Parts: sequence; C-alpha cells; structure tokens
Amino acid sequence: MKQVEVTLNVNGKDTTLTIPPRMTLVDCLRDELRLTGTHVGCEHGICGACSVFLDDEPIRSCLMFAVQAAGHRITTVEGLLNEDGSLSDLQDSFWECHAMQCGYCTPGMLVASESLLAENPDPSEDDIREAISGNLCRCTGYQQIVEAVQMTAKRRREGAANG
Amino acid sequence: MVDAPANLPNYRYVSRKRRTKEDRRFVSGRGKFVADVEVPGMKHVAILPSPHARANIISIDTSAALALPGVHYVLTGDELGEATSSLFHGLDLPNVIWHPLAVGMTRYAGEWVAAVVADSRYIAEDAAELIEVEYESLPAAVDSEKMIDEDQPLVHPAHGTNVLFRKTWEWGPVADDFASMPNTVSYRARWGRSSTVPIETFGVVAKWDDVNEIMDVWASIQMPQYQDQIAAALRIPMNQVRVHNDVDVGGSYGVKRGIKHTVLVTYLTKKLGFPVRFIEDRLDNMSGGDAHGPDRIFDITMAFDDEGVIKSMKIRALDDVGAYPGRAPLQLGKPMTALCGPYRINSIEYEAISVTSNKTGQVPVRGFGQSPTNFAIETGLERVAKHLGLDRIEVRARNLVRKDEFPWKIPPGSIYDSGDFHAVLDGIIKTSNWDDLVARRDALRAKGRLAGVGIATCLEPGGGNNIFEFLFNPKLEITTFVESVLMKVEPTGAITAVMCTTTSGQGHETLVSTIAGEELERDPDTIRVLHGDSLEALPTRSPVASRMAIVLGTATSKAARDIKSKMITIAAHDLGVEKDQIEYADGEFTVRGNPASKLTWAEICHIAHKQFHRMPPGHELGLQAYAVQQVPGAGGLPDENNEVPLYPCFSFQAHVPLVEIDPDTGKVKVHDYFIGHDCGTAINPDIVRGMIIGGVAHGIGAALYEKFEYDADGQLLAGTFVDYLLPSAHEIPPVVDSEHCTPSPLTSLGQKGSGEGGYLGAPAAIASAVNDALAPFDIEINELPIRARDIEAALYEKTR
Repeated sequence: MKQVEVTLNVNGKDTTLTIPPRMTLVDCLRDELRLTGTHVGCEHGICGACSVFLDDEPIRSCLMFAVQAAGHRITTVEGLLNEDGSLSDLQDSFWECHAMQCGYCTPGMLVASESLLAENPDPSEDDIREAISGNLCRCTGYQQIVEAVQMTAKRRREGAANG
Repeated sequence: MVDAPANLPNYRYVSRKRRTKEDRRFVSGRGKFVADVEVPGMKHVAILPSPHARANIISIDTSAALALPGVHYVLTGDELGEATSSLFHGLDLPNVIWHPLAVGMTRYAGEWVAAVVADSRYIAEDAAELIEVEYESLPAAVDSEKMIDEDQPLVHPAHGTNVLFRKTWEWGPVADDFASMPNTVSYRARWGRSSTVPIETFGVVAKWDDVNEIMDVWASIQMPQYQDQIAAALRIPMNQVRVHNDVDVGGSYGVKRGIKHTVLVTYLTKKLGFPVRFIEDRLDNMSGGDAHGPDRIFDITMAFDDEGVIKSMKIRALDDVGAYPGRAPLQLGKPMTALCGPYRINSIEYEAISVTSNKTGQVPVRGFGQSPTNFAIETGLERVAKHLGLDRIEVRARNLVRKDEFPWKIPPGSIYDSGDFHAVLDGIIKTSNWDDLVARRDALRAKGRLAGVGIATCLEPGGGNNIFEFLFNPKLEITTFVESVLMKVEPTGAITAVMCTTTSGQGHETLVSTIAGEELERDPDTIRVLHGDSLEALPTRSPVASRMAIVLGTATSKAARDIKSKMITIAAHDLGVEKDQIEYADGEFTVRGNPASKLTWAEICHIAHKQFHRMPPGHELGLQAYAVQQVPGAGGLPDENNEVPLYPCFSFQAHVPLVEIDPDTGKVKVHDYFIGHDCGTAINPDIVRGMIIGGVAHGIGAALYEKFEYDADGQLLAGTFVDYLLPSAHEIPPVVDSEHCTPSPLTSLGQKGSGEGGYLGAPAAIASAVNDALAPFDIEINELPIRARDIEAALYEKTR
C-alpha cells in the first residue's frame, strides 16, 4: 500500500505522519493521532458528527483526505478546551443545559455552534437552528442544544460588556 | 421552558436542577465509545453483502481476496454456521436458523455473505470487493399481507410458511360488549418500517485470551442476555465471556442488538488468535445491520355508545419482522401491557400475526411495539369523534381512567399504578391555549394554507416484566426482569456504586448518584458510579423497557437504606444506645435529645473498616450493600384467562401540535408542540425533559419522514441519510413540556419510566394534526410516515 508523508497542524501542534494517501481526515485524527473526540456517523457528509475546523471553517472530516489538510490549521473538540484544560464557555453551557444524551453528536455540535458564535455573537433561535441543521442528533430533539448556544452567547455578551 | 410540578416533595437532590455526571466527558471529547477502544494488535473486519433479496449461493471464491497483502482471513457462512450455534429467537422456531453470515441462501439484499479480516478497514474493504460469489437469484417475498393466504416464496423453506406466529386472545366479554353498543367504527392504520437509527452505528471489539480462557468484549450494546447469547452461540461457558459495560453507547433507543456482529467477531478472534474489531459503516448498518423497526398493519374495530364511550375493541396486528426474527415478534406482545391505552375499555380481542419476509431483520425499537399500537388506538379515538361529530378532546376525556380509579386493571391483566390523566390533559389544553391554536389554524386556512391542530393521549408503560413473552412462547417461562446495584462506602467516607449494564444516553450515573445522595444525604457529585463488567456484575436485564429509574433506582434506594441502617447500628453500639435512639441528618448520627452525643459519617466509616474493637459483635466489617430488584408486582404466570400483570408503572402524556402544510408540495411544517407529561417523580428534570423532547423528535421522524422503503424485488431504497431522512433542527419545533407528578406507589421515590417518552405519542399526535389539516378536503391518511409526496398525491387526487 502506497504511503505518503504529511505534516498536519492539529490543535496548534504540528505532527508528521506516514499514511496512505486515501486515508480520510477523520480516520487520521482518530486512528493516527488518537484524537477520538471527533466521531464517525455516516461517512457520507450528512450527519455532521465528524465536524472539525479547517482554519476557521467547520468541515466534514469524513469527506476530506488527510493529505488535503496539510498547510491548514485543524481544530477538534479537544482543541476547544481552554488552554488550562478547563471547559470553554460553550462546553460548559452544553453541560449546564444538558445539551446531549449519548454524547455522540456533541463534538460536531460544538464545532457548528462555535462557528456560528464566531460570526454572530447575538444569534436568534432561528439562526441557531440554521447553524446546527447540518448536524443530526437522535437524542435531544435539539432544544437543549439551542438553549446551550443561547446561554453561551449571553455569557459572552455579558463578559464583553463587563470586560 | 418547563413548568415544574407544583406538588414537589422536599427533596434535596432528586427533582432538582443539577448537572449530570456524564456530560462533562462528552463535551470534553473524552467519552469512550466502542470505536475509541484500542486493543493492541487488533485487526479489522469488512463485510461483503448480498446484492440479492433472495438467492442460492452456488459458490464463493476467496482466493483473490486472500492474496491481497494485509489480508489475514476470509470467513464464509459454511464455516461459521458449522462452528457456532444458531442465534436466539424469541419464538420457538427450531427450523428458522440464523447465523451471522448467510449459509447456502441469502434472505435479503444486504445480508452478510462473507467477512474479511485485514490490517486496516481500508484493506478489508478492498479485499471484500475481490471475493467472487456466484448466486442463483430467486423471487423474493416482500408483501406482508400476501404471506398468510397466498403462495409466496419461502424465506425459510424448512419452516414451511412465512407465518412465524399467529394467535388470538380475548379478554373480557367482547361479543356481548359489541352487541350492546349502538356504534362501531372499523379502520386500518399502518406503521411504516422505520427505526431509531442512532448516529453511532453498531460496533464491537473482541479479544480471546487462550491462556486465561476469557473472551473480552467491548460493544455499543443495549440488550438483555447479551453475554448469555454470545456464550451459547460460541458454545463456551458464560464465565468465559466478559462484556465491558463501561463503553459509552452512542445512542440506541432499543436497537443496539448486535448479537450477530458479536458472534462473528468473537468467533474470528478465537479462531485467529488476535483481537478483532468490526464497526459498521452506515450502509452496513441500514441495509445489513438487522436494526429495522416494526412494520405493522392494524385492522381495528371499536364499539361505543352515543356519548363516544368505547366499550370494546378488536385488533388485528400484522407485523413484518424481516428475514431473521430474533426478539422482534415479541414486540407484538409488549403492547398488551397497555393495549387499551389510557382508556376504560372493558374487553379486547387481539390477534397478533408475525410474518417473515426478504427484508433486513427487525429489532426492538423504543417502546417495544407500543408506539405503533398507541398510534393505532389514537386513530380510533379520532374516528369515534368524527363518527359522532364530537370534540376530539371530549371523547378522550370521557374514556380516560379517572384518578380515583387507580389501581386500575385492564382486560389483559396489567394494573395501572397511578395517574391523573384528566389533570394532565386539562393542563396541556390550558398551557397550549388550545382555542388560540385553533384560531391560528383558522387564520392560516383563511390565507389559503392547510393547517391542523392535533391531539393524542397515551401511556408509557415502564419497568419491564416481560411475561408476555410466555404468551408467545411457553418455553420462555421467565418471571423476573431484575436489576441490581452494589454500593460501598470507603474507609474515608467516599461512596462508590456499581451498576451492572451499559448506558446509551439515559444518564444512569446521574440516576444512581442522585438517588444514593438523596437517601444518604451526601452530595451526589462526590459519589462515583461504575459500570461493572459482566463477570463482576450482579444480575441485570439491561436498560430497556423504560425501566432503569424504576428498578435500578429502587435498587439504589434499597442499597443506600441498608448502608444507612448499618451505620446507625454502629453508631448506636458505639454511643451505647438503642438503634431507634439514633437520628441521622447531614452526615451526623446523633442520640435523640442529646446533641452532644454523636458520631460523624467519617468516624463511622473509620470504625467499620479499621476498628474491630468498636464494632457491634457479629456485625459485618466494611460498609457495603447490594440490592437485586425484582420488577414491582411481577413474578407470576398468566392465569387461565391469559391475564397477567405486565409492566408495573404507567407514565402518561398528552400531546398537542400545530402543523401547517404547503398546499403545492405537501410539505408539513410543525409550528408548535406542547406536551403534558407525568412520569411520577423525575429524578433529574433535565434528563426527563431531554428524553421527552428527544422522543417527540423521534416520533416526528417516524410520522413524517422515515421509512426503509423496499421495491417489489426486495431491494432497499433507503440505505443512506440522503434517502432515509432524519429530522434536523429545522424539522423539530420548540417543544413546551409541562410536567405533572403523580408518584408511583410501587417505587422507592415515586419514580416511573420516561425513556420511551415522547416517541410513544408524537406519531399519533402528528397524524392527528395532519388529518385535521386535510379534513376540509375530506382526506384522511392513516399510514405512517405521511410524507410530503403522499399528501401532495392525495391533494392532487381530490382537486384535479
């Protein structure tokens, strides 16, 4: 099996790997880098469980080859934690609102939500539903996820006002 | 938003807003799902599926696959079928043989024909494509209605018929009741083949250790008797199978029953001597995973008086379980638990028919057959109202069991434990501003849109007690559905509880720690809850049947109360008083009337573990307790009338949605959704609310979008998320959940089940709303899912 060398920047750290060129980004993150927070749901780009950031854009890591990610910054759910390892405000709000049950779609939901909040600090409920509509959740019916994003936006706005 | 129950007892932790124990690891990306389990040296499996719905396998040539570098083995059905025993069926079907890989004949498109083991999943998939199979394609049996009377291709020729089960029960004086009623309605209601389709597919990792003779299994499993069935299929003792229950399961809602996957993988690791992993891809899961749900046709007649009070009903339920039945036919049995819904119906005739077909297999789905049945019953309530020109809510109110009538026994023998159905119904009519919803509906109609308001009232039986299985198969004389907990207090005072099964999103660690904390007045955040493996664990029947709050919760209370009693005994002895003189509060054991004479929690833990000289004579050292909880009220066999109490606890729901339909496309938009819900004492309100709303979402999917459609040749037409549509945040509206609390008299804190929750009523409620919207066109659709194209076609027929 042909192998290629590729250097990936994941969560701020460069790693050089020797992998088959056809390896998907999600398999590379999970099996080579052992960053298992990113999940595989459908492998055809619908469910969003494998969402990660490529630079500042949320993408489906099941639809991209790992080699295509060279030269970009990749951020996974593990990279959403604060630098001291504590939960980000968004992660904390998901916990506070119980915005999950089984937790399988959660990393993808966090990526989709973080992407929204980066662009729109004061999203409406419709904005939030639109932003997470590419991520499927079978447990929650989405409502507590919407509430967690609303809570985060409010916390950030209040933090900005106070800071 | 949540309306908290008004009559909340003064609990410290139970029913309070508290963060769950599990969520922190999930938001951190630190859950441990089966695909995250890395066993050194493990190899990977890929499957070759059958392209034919029904075919004889003439030959299989694996040589090219085996020649591919990185391939270790190719397994076919002949070898596996010889080396393992047939998988378990709920019915007594000695001639329906089921192996993980097809033996001699394939029985559905997608059935597994061969399995490749290779260094990576990529190589295994490459190799699977190199396997050459010669088939003799045969006509397939796909139409369930033709299985009974018509000549059809046989799915299991040795069984001789495609009918697996057919039996009629009669409870109460059906003929007399029908004769005494002036009105009847007859109708057909059809539940489409859908399922819960978790975002995580099924996966399993197995490692055979031939020195220690132990089979370690990590799996995304949710099923009773998993380890029993692995051992039986492999023909090894059960204590050679160790299932690791600490695997986080990425959703299940009943369907994670990968016994065939597990037997395949455990056989391979034992044969090959290295660990083996199989994780389904999405197509494996949807076409060949044997994870479809009920596919059911109901023909029902109800007899009722001029006031709309229903006296009797006759139900015929025909269910298509696909090629391999497993436990699926028993899903016709569970609904006996609440066969007349929340209504005071005097007699019932029930004919249950289970047929096999050339489709992928059916497994238990959230509610174990109750949601289709609830939909069918509610369709009848709508019909009765229409027949008499009565209000739909009023007809339900006239038939609901009244709060002063509990415990209420229904004809098949179940005893409804408690409830205040009218209060919940009245409450949601007020909360939803029903009249306002109707006004909004009429305003939409005035603008040329189609709009409807729906109503459904239904029960969620909880707790298990599957003695209905005995009614389907007398060999299943199983009269307990047990759950256990082991609790320990360490020398320093920390509490650890061991539960004995997996969790797939239900929050069991939160459940156990909250109840233990409440009972012992200790902070639940400091209580650790472990998932013991199957060899360490006490008896369990797994987290099915909306039962864990009921049985695991009650077991937790009992173990905690036992520990408290032991601590009081130690305190009394050490302080030189009788036990009944000790009062316990907030971690202190105090002599009544003498506040200075006391011992702390930590002191007693220290005595129990380290100070034999201060212990009461003959008292067990350490502080541990276990409780093995039988289902309340269960334990007996049916009487001579086939009456038997089934599930013990009954939660109640009333659903009210408002929908709008685009008259050109038939697309349904659910604008608002209100649900009144009573599951007794909610242990964690956020978990209950999530279950309810998530269940509603799941029900909206089943009502409007989801179907495993097959063509006439038995080819699956919905094997991806492009064809099988799961509702997104766009399709699910904000849901207003209004909680009531009628405690169960049968459980430790009054808790009932809530896991099957909204799913048991939402399909009926959505169908009610859609049919209300279509009523002006004299259209009624009683077949789920009601897809946009179905509505568009019906409108076209009426208006062309």
